[in-house]
Amino acid sequence: MMPPDLFVLFVIGPVVTAALLAAFHKWDSFQRGVSLAVSLGLWGLSVVGLLSLLQEVSPDGGGIGGGIVVLRMGNWAAPYGIILVADVLSMTMVVLTMTVGVAVVVFSLRTVEQAHQEHFYYPLFFILIMGVNGAFLTGDLFNLFVFFEILLIASFALLALGSQPGQLRETVKYVVINLIASTFFLISLSVLYRTMGTLNMADLAHKIQTTSGELDPTLTILALVFLFVFGTKAAIFPLYFWLPGPYFQPSAGLSAFFGGILTKVGVYAIFRTFTLIFRHNPALTHELLLILAALTMLLGVFGALSQMDMKRILSYHIISQIGYLILGIGLLTPQALAGALFYMVPYVLAKSALFLIAGVVQAATGTTHLKAVGGLQFHSIPLSILFLLAALSLAGLPPLAGFFSKFIVLQAGVEIGRYGYVGIGLLGGLLTLASMLKIWNGVFWGEETGDRRPVSLWPLLPGIVLLVFFIVGIGLFPGILYSVAQTAAAQVADPRVYIAAVLGLKE
Amino acid sequence: MEFVIISVIGVLFGCGTYLILQRHLLRVVVGLSLYSHAANLALMVSGGLKRGNPPLLTTDAPYVDPLPQALVLTAIVISFGMTAFATVLAFRVRQVYGSDAVDELAGGEE
Repeated sequence: MMPPDLFVLFVIGPVVTAALLAAFHKWDSFQRGVSLAVSLGLWGLSVVGLLSLLQEVSPDGGGIGGGIVVLRMGNWAAPYGIILVADVLSMTMVVLTMTVGVAVVVFSLRTVEQAHQEHFYYPLFFILIMGVNGAFLTGDLFNLFVFFEILLIASFALLALGSQPGQLRETVKYVVINLIASTFFLISLSVLYRTMGTLNMADLAHKIQTTSGELDPTLTILALVFLFVFGTKAAIFPLYFWLPGPYFQPSAGLSAFFGGILTKVGVYAIFRTFTLIFRHNPALTHELLLILAALTMLLGVFGALSQMDMKRILSYHIISQIGYLILGIGLLTPQALAGALFYMVPYVLAKSALFLIAGVVQAATGTTHLKAVGGLQFHSIPLSILFLLAALSLAGLPPLAGFFSKFIVLQAGVEIGRYGYVGIGLLGGLLTLASMLKIWNGVFWGEETGDRRPVSLWPLLPGIVLLVFFIVGIGLFPGILYSVAQTAAAQVADPRVYIAAVLGLKE
Repeated sequence: MEFVIISVIGVLFGCGTYLILQRHLLRVVVGLSLYSHAANLALMVSGGLKRGNPPLLTTDAPYVDPLPQALVLTAIVISFGMTAFATVLAFRVRQVYGSDAVDELAGGEE
């Protein structure tokens, strides 16, 4: 059992580390050592936190109770003070973030250029982690905005690090689009506050549940504006146009973290707001989510198929996979929500692993363009095996983790008779397999072509091995993650659980 | 009074949109900062505009909602940081590309 106060460490820990690292930014081994130690420590702590939440969950007459930790800053009661809320969903996301964080730090130890490191690579990375963890743990929409801005400013600086021409161009696009989205976030917050008189998520949900339907039109409009804002961050159709560029440019470690985690913060925000707050008119909002999900799935994977560069294919894939997550949210049954969460974990792991592998390919050959490399399987067999495991999991081949993810989401679709969306999901999976095979054929298979740089690849592999280890582990023992996902979905599917935990209400 | 502020918000948004659609990055940055001003004003209005009342819950007298002021203060700080970053970015683009026109940034793919 972990003391509740320790949950604040996921937000405070990274920022203190960042300050410490920034103070000693010229001290090379200190930077690496402390980064590795802190990321490993927070990872361990997040696993302990998740386990202690799961321990506390208890069936509570028909529903589910316990397993939600509420931290009141300055001990101000819920609707007034700043709160952090850790339920199973948000802790799972924190564990996932820290897992990818560890892998990226391990990878960065070997790949980050000296100049980048002196220009605050590690401090910025920890500020990014702080923003992401904070966004997952906050129980207040305004603080969600603040944490979004924190992770944005860190990601801006990391993207621009080095100031290569192509990098600057993509940073400009990313900055302008995100700042516009943030403005809309702020405007909709002000309208929401004017309408409901609160920004605390649980209080909002409670007020929306208890008031009569006269506010519905305003709330529906607000829900759609929030969907626009979070959809821009999560890169759903038709707002994904910005994504492939910025995720293509930075160094491989950053691409892995951006591609794996950053868009998922937007998905999590949609997950949280559309399961907890905006449930008054599912016939409109959640149907819209389904349509957007279907289009996102298909157009993302079409984009991937049309590209000829490993990193670009992976970037378009992010979009396609986000479609599956949104599909789970749109279906809004406990089964589908559990499916969406179960989908998220192996997919984030596989996506980050693949971006790191793209980084290794780049280190070995100097490029990731499919036509410029080939036959890498002769050069490094372990790398090829890692790629195959991650790629086939992403495409959803049994017995890898991705198969169970797709299976659960689509099964939930079948259960409530949404066969059209299930069909689109299966088609998307098939095309995903096709584009993964395209990378395999281009980069690993065939005759040896392209340059080979005289670098040892072994030191680059530990981070990737870590991620692939979890993918294979989930594939072999899907029951463990599935029960976690079911618990999280049970907490999320019934907003009263969350509301009661935060506001201390009893039915 | 609220009507005046809301009209100002509308004007700021209009000008911001016009500037964001311009070719030159510096104008885009100014447009973004106008956007954030508009959003900050909207936050301020969201608590209702009242004068001369204390921002406390405990007094019996009518009180002013203190929360929007706390929110707007946070939002101002954030938009200040973001604008500073965007300005430096525009400056850097000018240095690297020799121009801050957005269409000059195109190309150089692959």
